[in-house]
Parts: sequence; C-alpha cells; structure tokens
Amino acid sequence: MTPVPDIYRILPEVILTLTGVAVMLIDATLGHTSPRRPLGWVAAIGTTLALWASLWQLSLPVGTGFFSTVETSPFTVFFHVLICGVVLVVLLLSLDSLPEDSHHQGEFYALIVFGAVGMCLLSGAVELLVVFIALEISSISTYVLAGYRKESGRGPEAAIKYFLLGSFATGFLLYGIALIFGATGTTQIYEVARLAPSAENHLFVLAALGLMLVGILFKVSAVPFHVWTPDVYEGAPSPVVALLSTAPKAAAFALLLRVLYEMLPSLRSVWAPLLWIVAVLSMTIGNLAALRQQNVKRMLAYSSIAHAGYLLAAFAGLGSSGIAAAAFYIAAYAAMNVGVFAVVTLVSGYDDKLPLIDDFRGLIYRSPLMGSLLLFFLVSLVGIPFTGGFFGKFYSFSAAVGGGAIALAVIGLLNSGLAAGYYLRFALVAAQRDPEPDRTFAPTAQVGVAVGAALLLAVAATLVLGIVPGTTLHSAESAAHTLQAPPPEAAPIVIEPQIHP
Amino acid sequence: MEAINQSILTWIILAPLAGAVLVALLPDRYKLPNWIALLTTLVSFLLSLHLPAHFNAAQPGFQFEINTPWIENPAIFYHVGVDGLSVWLVVLVGLLAPVGVIVSWNAIKERRKIFYSLFLIQQTAMVGVFVALDLMLYYGFWELSLVPMAILIAMYGRKDGPKAALKFFLFTFIPSAPLLVAILWIYARTGSFDFVTLQLLLTHGNFPAAALFWVALAFLFAFAVKVPVFPLHGWLADTFSEAPVAMSMVVAGKLGLYSMLRFHIGLFPSQARAMAPWLIGLAVIGILYGACLALVQRDFWRLLAYAVISHFSFVTLALYGFTFTGWAGGIYQILNQGVVEAAIFLLLGALEVRYGTSQIGEFGGLAAKIPRLTSFFVIATLAMIGLPLLNGFVGEFLILSSTFNGVSRGWAIVATVGVILGAAYMLWLVQRVFYGGESKLALQKPTDDLEFGELAILTPVVVLMLVMGVAPMQWINTIETGVHLPPIHSANTLPPSMLQLAPPGEVQR
Repeated sequence: MTPVPDIYRILPEVILTLTGVAVMLIDATLGHTSPRRPLGWVAAIGTTLALWASLWQLSLPVGTGFFSTVETSPFTVFFHVLICGVVLVVLLLSLDSLPEDSHHQGEFYALIVFGAVGMCLLSGAVELLVVFIALEISSISTYVLAGYRKESGRGPEAAIKYFLLGSFATGFLLYGIALIFGATGTTQIYEVARLAPSAENHLFVLAALGLMLVGILFKVSAVPFHVWTPDVYEGAPSPVVALLSTAPKAAAFALLLRVLYEMLPSLRSVWAPLLWIVAVLSMTIGNLAALRQQNVKRMLAYSSIAHAGYLLAAFAGLGSSGIAAAAFYIAAYAAMNVGVFAVVTLVSGYDDKLPLIDDFRGLIYRSPLMGSLLLFFLVSLVGIPFTGGFFGKFYSFSAAVGGGAIALAVIGLLNSGLAAGYYLRFALVAAQRDPEPDRTFAPTAQVGVAVGAALLLAVAATLVLGIVPGTTLHSAESAAHTLQAPPPEAAPIVIEPQIHP
Repeated sequence: MEAINQSILTWIILAPLAGAVLVALLPDRYKLPNWIALLTTLVSFLLSLHLPAHFNAAQPGFQFEINTPWIENPAIFYHVGVDGLSVWLVVLVGLLAPVGVIVSWNAIKERRKIFYSLFLIQQTAMVGVFVALDLMLYYGFWELSLVPMAILIAMYGRKDGPKAALKFFLFTFIPSAPLLVAILWIYARTGSFDFVTLQLLLTHGNFPAAALFWVALAFLFAFAVKVPVFPLHGWLADTFSEAPVAMSMVVAGKLGLYSMLRFHIGLFPSQARAMAPWLIGLAVIGILYGACLALVQRDFWRLLAYAVISHFSFVTLALYGFTFTGWAGGIYQILNQGVVEAAIFLLLGALEVRYGTSQIGEFGGLAAKIPRLTSFFVIATLAMIGLPLLNGFVGEFLILSSTFNGVSRGWAIVATVGVILGAAYMLWLVQRVFYGGESKLALQKPTDDLEFGELAILTPVVVLMLVMGVAPMQWINTIETGVHLPPIHSANTLPPSMLQLAPPGEVQR
C-alpha cells in the first residue's frame, strides 16, 4: 500500500486556511468604499470545498500523518463535515444580515474561516499539543467574533469575559497535558492510552483527567463551568452566537470523546460518575434557569447548557453505542440550534432590535415564514418525533439506559418536559396575536438567496435527521468504531460485556 | 386487490399529510383551505372504509400488515396493521375528520391555512397511533398528536388559549417521558420494539418482577393522563373550554383507552391485572365525580368535559374488569362515544357560533326558534344517556353487565348511579338551553336553524346512532376477533429462535 501523503490528512484545514488568507488579502487590497459582501461568498465557497475535501478523505485509509499527530478516520470526517456545514450556514446567514456599512466584514468572514480551521484540526488531532494549538486557534477567533459589536458596550464585555474565563480553561487543559506528559512521557494519544494504565504515578493521571475535564467542559458550557454562556450569547451578534453555540461545541465534544474513550478508557470508573453528575446538573440547572429568562438569547443560552447535559448522558453508554449517540446528538443539536439562531438573527437583526421574548409576539402574523420556521425549530428542540431533536434525545437516552443509567434517562426525559415549558411559551408567544397591533416593528430582514440557502440547509438537516436518521447514525457508528480501534494496527472492536436481565 | 390491501394503511396515514402540505402551499382564498381539507378528509374516510369491508373476521391476528425496516439500529420497523380492536377505531377517526371540518367551516375565519394544516397533521398522528405496531413508531405518532393540538388551542383559544395549551401540553408531555424510558428499557433488554414479538417475549421471558411493575406503571401513567382517569383529569376542562370544537372532539378518550387495552393490558397482562383493582376503584370514582361536577357547571363546554370524564371512566372500568365482554363492550363504547360526541360537539359549536356564548344560563327557550337543531340535540342526548335502541345503551349495558357478572356486583351498582346522574345532567342541560321561557339572548339574536352542510353531516351521524343501537353485532363481531388474552400471533409468525432473549442493543448485526 502506497503511503498517503501527509498533506492529504489535513486537506480541509489547508483549504480553509488558504481561504481565510485569501479573504484577508483581498479585503486589504479592496478600496475603502467597495462592498465587502463578495468576500463572504469567497469564504462560503472555500468552506464548501473543505466540506467536499473532508468527504473525500473517507476514501483514504484510516491512519495518521505528520508523525502521528493528525488522523483521518470516519470519526474525524464526521466532525469535519459537521463543522464545515455549520460554518457554511453561518457564513450564508451573515452574508445577508451583516450591516452594509460595516468596515470589518472582511475580517469577520476571515475570522469565521480561521475558527473553522481550529475546530477541524481539533477533531482530527491525536497529539495533545496539536489539540492545544487547535483549541487556541478556534478560541482566539471566537473571542474576537464575540466582541464584534464594539459600539454596544455589551459586545466588549462579552468578549473580555469569554476571553478571561476561556484562557483560564485552556490553562487547565494545558496543565492536564503537562501532567499526562509527566506520568507517561508522551503526549501522543494512542501512546498515552497504551501507557496510562500502567503508569507508575497513577495520581498524576487522575489529576490530569480532572484538569482536562475542566478545560473541555468549559468549552461545551456544562455546569458548573457554564456561567459565561448567557452573557457571551447576549453580547455577541446573533450570527456569531449561531456559530458559538454549535461548531466549537461540536469540536470540543469530539475532543472529549477522544480523551475519554480513546485516551483514558481505563479510567472509565472515574469519569463516568463525574459526567453523570455534570449531565444531571447541566440539564437541571440549564432548564430551571431558562424557564425564568425574558431575553431570547439568554433563554437559548441556558437551553444550550441543558442540551450539553442531554449529550453528556450519552457518555453513560457503553463503548460504541455511547460514542455514536453523542456524535448523532451533536449533529442534531447543531442543525436545530443553528436554525433557531438564524431565525432569531433575521427577526431581531444584527444589532438585537428585539431582544425580549415578548418582542416576538405575533411573529407568525408579521412574517408567516419566520414564524413557522421558529415554531419548527422549537418543536425540534423540544424533541418531538420526526424532527432531529427527537432522535438525538432518543439515542442519547437509550445509550444511557443501555449502559445501566436508568435514573439518568428518567431525569433527562423529565427535564425535556421542563424544557418544553419554555420552548412552548416562546412558540406560543410567537403564535399569539399582538395585543397592540399598532406597534411598529423594524421590517423583518428580506430572505435573500444566501439566507434562503442557509435556512433550507438547517431545515433539511433537522428533518432528515428526524425522518431518516439511518445514514447519519451509520456514519456516527463507523466513527465510533474507528475511535475505539487505535490505528494503524486496527484492533478488533471490543464488544462490551452484555448485561443480561 | 392484494396490492391495495398491502398498502392501504400507508395511504390512510399519508392522505391527510398530503392534504396538509397542499393546504400550506396553496393560497388562502375562496375558502380553498376548507375545501381541500374537506376533500382530503372525505378521501381518507373512504380509504378507511376499505378496512372493515375487506376485514376477514375469521382470520386471527393483524391484517393489512406492513412491516419494513425503517431504521437499522436501533431496530425500528415501519410496522403497521389492524385487528378487531383497532379496525373500527381507524374508521371512527376517518368519520370524525370531515365532521371536524364542517364544524370549523364557519367557526374558523382567520389563519385557515394554519388551522387546516395542523388539523390534518393531527389526523395522521391519530391514525398512526391506532395502526402502529412498533413501539417507537407508536411513540412517534403519540407525541406528534400533542403538538398540533397544543398550537391550535393556543392560537384559537376563546379567552386564555396559551395557558390552556401549556397546561394540556405539560400534562400530556411529561408522562410520556417515563413511557419513553420504559420503552427504551424494554429495548435494552429484548432488542425489539415490535409489539408482536414483545408480547411473546414479555410473557415468556424471565424479567425481574419489580422492574416490569415499574415499566407497566410508566405505560399506564402515560395513557391514564390522556383518557383522563381520575385524578389526572386537570387539563381536560380547560382544554374543552378553550380548544376549537373540531379539536376537543377528538382529544379525549379513544387514544388513551385504546393504548391501555393494546399496550398496557396487551403487553403486561399480569401486571395490569395486579393494578386492576386500583383502576376499577378510580374508574368508579371518576364516573361519579365527573357526573356530579357536570351537574353544577355553568358553561356547557365544561359540563361536557366532566361528562366525558364520567363516560370514559365507564370504559376504563370495562377494560380493567378483565372480561371479554367488557373489552368488546369497552371498545364498542369508545365508538359510540365518538359518534355521539361528534353530534353533540357539532351542535353546541353551532350554538356558540350563533349566539356567541357558552354560558348555559344565557340560553333558554330556543326550541321554538331553531326546532331542527333542538331535535337533533335531543336525539344525541338520548343516545348519550343510554336510551335503548340508540347506541349508547348497548355499550353501557355490556360494560355494566360484564362488571356485574365478572368483577363485583357492588361496583356495578355504584357505577349504575353514574348512569342516572348522566341522564340528570344531560336532560337538565336540554331543558335549560332549549325549553323554558325565552331568554333575552333568544329574543335578540337572529335565529338561523341548521344549514345544509351541518344537516348533511348530522343526518348520517344520527342514522348511525340508530343503526349501532339496533344492530350492534355488526361491529361487536369484528371487535371480538381482536379480544383475546395475549399473546396474539401475527400473520407472519415468529421463528422459534426469536423467542430467546436477544442480547441488549446488539440486534440486527
């Protein structure tokens, strides 16, 4: 077998980087007054190419490149496609919703694309230092993006809060990596997996696990590392929140899966109870806090915390069923959450003209299309059958039940009843007639080609995941299997011990 | 013909959905949504009539079965089929759909596209619940049936729609969480969602008794809220007084009761039998409680809500009496109630549209002004309170006699008091609304009697009441073929190897 050129292993990242550089360079050469909108299209085209490149990587043999630092496998392709898809939708959304007179549009698109480079690399890295670099690339882009509305006051606040807390979290992660190196003498994930069970200083490994968990759980905004989420979501522009709440989380979950299932499966008895507690806390606190919110973006922020909790429930699942469930949930969550933030962006605008839930009253009369789409995405977030949200919850909780965590599944499903309370309240407000029909609203943004495509993608993904989840689940499962089988000497897939009644 | 038999259920499920898409796409002009909805519902009614017409009463088990894989892992199948229990219920859903459209014809004036699309989606969900034989498929339709209902209550509520909608949704959504966990538990233990397979596995398999008890209770809880069984009825009165008439006609009773018989008694016979005394007690309380509260209501929708609780408690009583007569009578009574309530809801809805109120005290002396509406209402009332020769009598008789002979004489006698109270509140309602001195309202408002559309739909319904009262065996013979003590064997019998427990989560590999 001819060896695969290393560059093929990071082809999507290369394409994204070139796109980002191109966007920045063109931006610099353009005149002061010339429109920046075409740059968005350049970024979108580059992202589409990266998406195709990721799919093409499926034809490569599973393996690593660059001295065993990056991997291509169905697992990485799954997350690459997911991240590129989300970034594409966000770019299309931004094309029509960024204010025309903004001078920083070019940088905006470039930052999104650079962030995507970091996220993609994060999901493909099998060397902890590359993991760290990838995380920093994606984080720094998102810190800047979060503070993009400099004029509002809330923007810089959000960015600084996110930056400070985020740096702390990455610091924890780095410390964990250092301890891993101290205990095993390597930072290559497969090597760590091989050496960790027999490491002399077991305490180091435990401490490393704890520190890395802090860092990663911060990125997925799980309780008790969630406090930044509502403030950042409120302050950041809505298209950025659509990105923030999905793609970096997907990448961080990919990392979490890799660290837990591939690097430290030997410590399952330690991390499984920890994640059990974090899952229960995340969904309960997230939902209870969301119930009391009046601000749409804060409510959705807390709901995303709750979703992180549902997702963590999948980690109670044994072996590949847990990984597949988690991967599927991320995909379903990304589709519907990007969708709901797209609708919020279009309704309340880039600068949040309508921040409160009550401002959405009568939306379905003002704009039937936006109203129906909002209802659709909310119904999916509730988890009604035949939408992606349902199968996400279904796989996640059935993995938990399969792993014996029945109490977790019951708590999770009761929580989804609680969540229905605030989602439905929002939906019903939108479906209600405005008591003051004379109130004038800023006209809802026109649905152009780009936004139309973005919404179509989000709706189609949510519906496909809800009606024919088979294909995605299949990819998630093959992803799960590759994650469990350390390349290159493809080990047989371990079938978990079966519990008989 | 064979090809039709093998796909008819899919057509019945998809027809309303296709209508919903059509309504959503076409413009809201010239009552176009109304006509599309009416045509769609008539077509699906005609399609549903195919089922009893070609139903083979001699053949046990499920007929018109379709069983194709839908999702590979977990092994979810698109498995649908009807047997004696469900065949007429599907027809009932089909019959009530055009009635619902006619009821809404004048009542729903704005946002007709949204109304009729959601109404039709609701039809799909209800048919799905009655024909699904795969637990996940069933759960999907069960949950799907909640959403259009909640949105329609919120959008078309009379006074405080959103509040009632939220109450309805939470009451019905929260119990389905334990239901889903129970289904997942079963799957984790058996590797199957298939009703027929599970019936065999659960009765023969070796499961921890305590776990099965909780699983069975989770099933029961979800269904009992939907019926509703006392004391889980808190949502019903608000829903009835807020929901559009076409929706409240279908919300209570049949979905929950059918599910009890099929999935609670059917899958967990011994657990259900152990819980039966409690349910019989609750049912009898529900009969009397509903009837007593119905006596003191001032609003006819609320009166009807409590009447419904009372009537469906009769059916619960029949189902948990564990007698064949009771089961057949219970299912027959669901059909009767469906038909009778359709007429009563239609007529009260017509009254509300004409006079703009549902307060009983404001009516009075309408009989002289709107004689046709009055006579139809009286006939429907008599059917509801169980006058011999009309359909309500047959069902009540079967239920009470099965309780008297098969369960306990004491409970039967107490339950019979409910029949008397039922007659009291319904006849008193008729007296207050249609007879007595003419009220201010009757004098002031214009008096249009029933219109052609309403007559066209009411006449067959009333004829049906009479036929179902005189020749009940037409229906009961079919129903009885579905009433067996489980396990029922499906047409495609299982290979013996499937009877062994599959390892959890590792099927179909």
